[in-house]
Amino acid sequence: MCRLAAITSKEYFSPLENILALETMKEGHDGSGLGLTLKDLDGEFQDLKGYPILSGICSKNGAKTLDELMDKAGFKLVHVWIPKIKHVKGVIPRDHYFARVYDYPRSYRDKSKREKEDLLMNTRLSLRKIGEPDESIFAFSFYPDVITLKEVGDPLQLAEFFGLDQVDLRARIIFAQGRQNTNYAIYLYACHPFFIQGYCSMTNGENTAFVPIREFLMSRKFPGYIGYNSDSEVFTHILHYTVRQLELPLTYYKDVITPLKESEIESREDRESLKLLKQSLRPLCIDGPNVVIGFTPEGTCFMVHDSKKLRPGVVGGVKGKFALMSEECGLDNAIPKRDKSKDIFPMKYDMVMVQPGAEEVQVWSQLQN
Amino acid sequence: MEPATELDHNHQLSLRELPYIIRWREDRCKRCGRCTAVCPVKAIESAVKVQRIVYSEGFVPTPTVTRKIVHVIEQIADMGRYCTGCGTCTLVCPNEAIEPEFNPHNKFLHFKNRGGEGYKRGGRRNDPSISTLDRLKFTRISMLTDPALDAGRHEFRVRTLLGRILPPEELPLKRINGKLMVDKESGKFIPPVREIFPIMIGSMSVGALSPPMWEGLAMGVAYLNEVEGLPVVMCTGEGGVPPRLLKSRYLKYFILQIASGYFGWDEIVHAIPEMVEDPAAIEIKYGQGAKPGDGGLLMAQKVLKLIASIRGVPQFVDLASPPTHQTKYSIEEAVAKMIQSMSMTWGFRVPVYPKISGTKTARAVLNNLARNPYAAALSIDGEDGGTGAAYNVSLDKMGHPIASNIRECYLDLVRQGKQNELPLIAAGGIAKKGNLAANAAALIMLGASAVSVGKYIMQATANCFGDEYNRCNLCNTGKCPRGITTQDPKLYRRLDSDKVAERLVEVFKTANVELKKIFAPMGRSTELPIGMSDGLSVDDKAISERLEISYAC
Repeated sequence: MCRLAAITSKEYFSPLENILALETMKEGHDGSGLGLTLKDLDGEFQDLKGYPILSGICSKNGAKTLDELMDKAGFKLVHVWIPKIKHVKGVIPRDHYFARVYDYPRSYRDKSKREKEDLLMNTRLSLRKIGEPDESIFAFSFYPDVITLKEVGDPLQLAEFFGLDQVDLRARIIFAQGRQNTNYAIYLYACHPFFIQGYCSMTNGENTAFVPIREFLMSRKFPGYIGYNSDSEVFTHILHYTVRQLELPLTYYKDVITPLKESEIESREDRESLKLLKQSLRPLCIDGPNVVIGFTPEGTCFMVHDSKKLRPGVVGGVKGKFALMSEECGLDNAIPKRDKSKDIFPMKYDMVMVQPGAEEVQVWSQLQN
Repeated sequence: MEPATELDHNHQLSLRELPYIIRWREDRCKRCGRCTAVCPVKAIESAVKVQRIVYSEGFVPTPTVTRKIVHVIEQIADMGRYCTGCGTCTLVCPNEAIEPEFNPHNKFLHFKNRGGEGYKRGGRRNDPSISTLDRLKFTRISMLTDPALDAGRHEFRVRTLLGRILPPEELPLKRINGKLMVDKESGKFIPPVREIFPIMIGSMSVGALSPPMWEGLAMGVAYLNEVEGLPVVMCTGEGGVPPRLLKSRYLKYFILQIASGYFGWDEIVHAIPEMVEDPAAIEIKYGQGAKPGDGGLLMAQKVLKLIASIRGVPQFVDLASPPTHQTKYSIEEAVAKMIQSMSMTWGFRVPVYPKISGTKTARAVLNNLARNPYAAALSIDGEDGGTGAAYNVSLDKMGHPIASNIRECYLDLVRQGKQNELPLIAAGGIAKKGNLAANAAALIMLGASAVSVGKYIMQATANCFGDEYNRCNLCNTGKCPRGITTQDPKLYRRLDSDKVAERLVEVFKTANVELKKIFAPMGRSTELPIGMSDGLSVDDKAISERLEISYAC
């Protein structure tokens, strides 16, 4: 079972906070990997918010291929961020870790946001396609104001490896996952958080309905619905499909993955549409023990459970900073000075949301009208 | 000179040619005559024989011959009266003196064509081997990484949807104050959808079944819905519906079948103004797994007064449904029109779907239906499906196994992204060996939305003798010894409709629990695991490749 540490704050903060929180939850992850996604960046990225950032890893040969492909696609390199790698026992370094900031191709500069997003995703997928067979390129995200770091190893050691304690890398929303490798091979594309066109999520648990969900998503013919090296990647794609593609309000994500019973639907004002959605999106109903923590392009962070709440999760904090964690000890580490009595342990019907700025926590229930 | 053929009985059959040989124990028999009276085919009769007995008394052997008149039970070595192995004689015998025994060396089919007539029977394919469905195992067991669910404690939703489901992109929804509401002004047709238990009772008609059998099933279905809360639906088969049921509120638990003979439909259509509920669905039968390409047949001897009135025909005439719908010219227009006409009859409030026999061409039908927005589902009846009457050659040799047929259809829908839009109903050979829940779950994981089961229901609820060793299988003759498929009151009074209903309830309650016992360890509870093929394995490489599931041994 993986461990999850998400923090959303009004002020910028370091990913070390997430990693130290993960460290307190160490009993639950075996150091088989770390995934970090940072959104709303500070420092050297402060003035580059409109430009997409390509995050990934590549070999020496991969770097060449990458440059060629990006050139050919018309992207212009604006800025490069490279972590200061420190050799740490137990972590095998790869050739290049990078976050490269690009300017859009000239022909795309006046295109709509949706068209730009599609271009970015397709470019990332092309890089993945070229680089995956020989593992020469790993492209995790390509989106404005978002950086993703992933590597195999213990989170704390990886923080040292990436020099996160040294550099000025801060953000307002940071998701971190300490991977407990279970039934899938240790593979970077299987590492959470998963990201697609501004939507991101990480999960701990096991998704027993994985195959029908994967088949449904892949049959939507949306090019980004590929991969699935982890059964948890579908949670991100369901989020993307529900909110971006179908344009449903975020709370319907909960109604899609854990639909209400017929009798419960009757109490809802939107019962008629809910019934239709339940039928039409039946293959996206999740199963098995899961807590999902995610964010949207606008920066709303949320937490939801499977329909039986077989995995716990907790949300707590202070005005201006909230953490969404898989374990309370992680929350204690991240935001110790808070009123613990106000911690929220979402129940099976709940969707807990924190809007950008982390002013307050909203609890939305499927049963409320 | 007298021909030798008559002297040595050369043209007569020996008992060894027959499928069942009667084992009669003279020492136990009290000659009550119940067995001969009850035998549905008169395969046994009492006979008087002269017995030569040699005996000796005293210390010195003094063999003495006497002749005694004895009464025996004799089996007739005649293909017209062959023992079907039903065992009704055993049931009525007070002393366990008689029972039929299967004869694996029989040459039954060599001779069962007297008069140039092919052998006709009821039942299903006489193949007692283990079917593909019974070879599938559920191997994805939730263990320490994702603890299994508790079938007894957790909440399970063992339900499925019957009806055309709109793709999410086409839902007529609009956003009002952050909530989604149905846009009634869009004019978009929202097809009717029923939430049902995923095991349906397959089409068995009034007429094929006796009144107490049909009534028992109907009562059981109503009880399951109203008392047990299990939304089990039953298909009527072709042959109409008892008039009282048509006008009752229980009609909603029944799927009305229309087949090529349209029997009973005059009465159904005339009853529409008086209907207080819509039926669960309409099934248009284009084919049947047991006898692909054949029409239905209700033999004249089963067309008694009640049946004649329900079907709107004279008594004692053969009721043959043509092999195909006479109006059917092509799937593109005639089938579409029929689906549309039936939909229109109930104001587009009732799902209408076709049923075909398993075939290599099922995908062609499927793809056509996938493009028809009014087609509510596709039911595919595999080669192991049952029937009340068919040629043996059709039963044994015609048709397509259901497992790969349903799988390829499902995967075809997946390729088109329509796997949730057009539900597939799988039938034919489910619970052949009694594994109702396991077979149903396996088909669901291969891609079926629901399964339909008939033969097993007769066996489990009314003790039908029929099996895959050609036992009994007299359904076509009207001489069903259990009173299940007969219209003869002397026979059907043996059957208690209350007991049938009770058994039906037990069968479905058990299936419901067993489905949970399958889904729970696989970590599935919130939705039916349709297409969860990673849950299945098989110990045969070729089957695993064909079904695109894993191989495990």
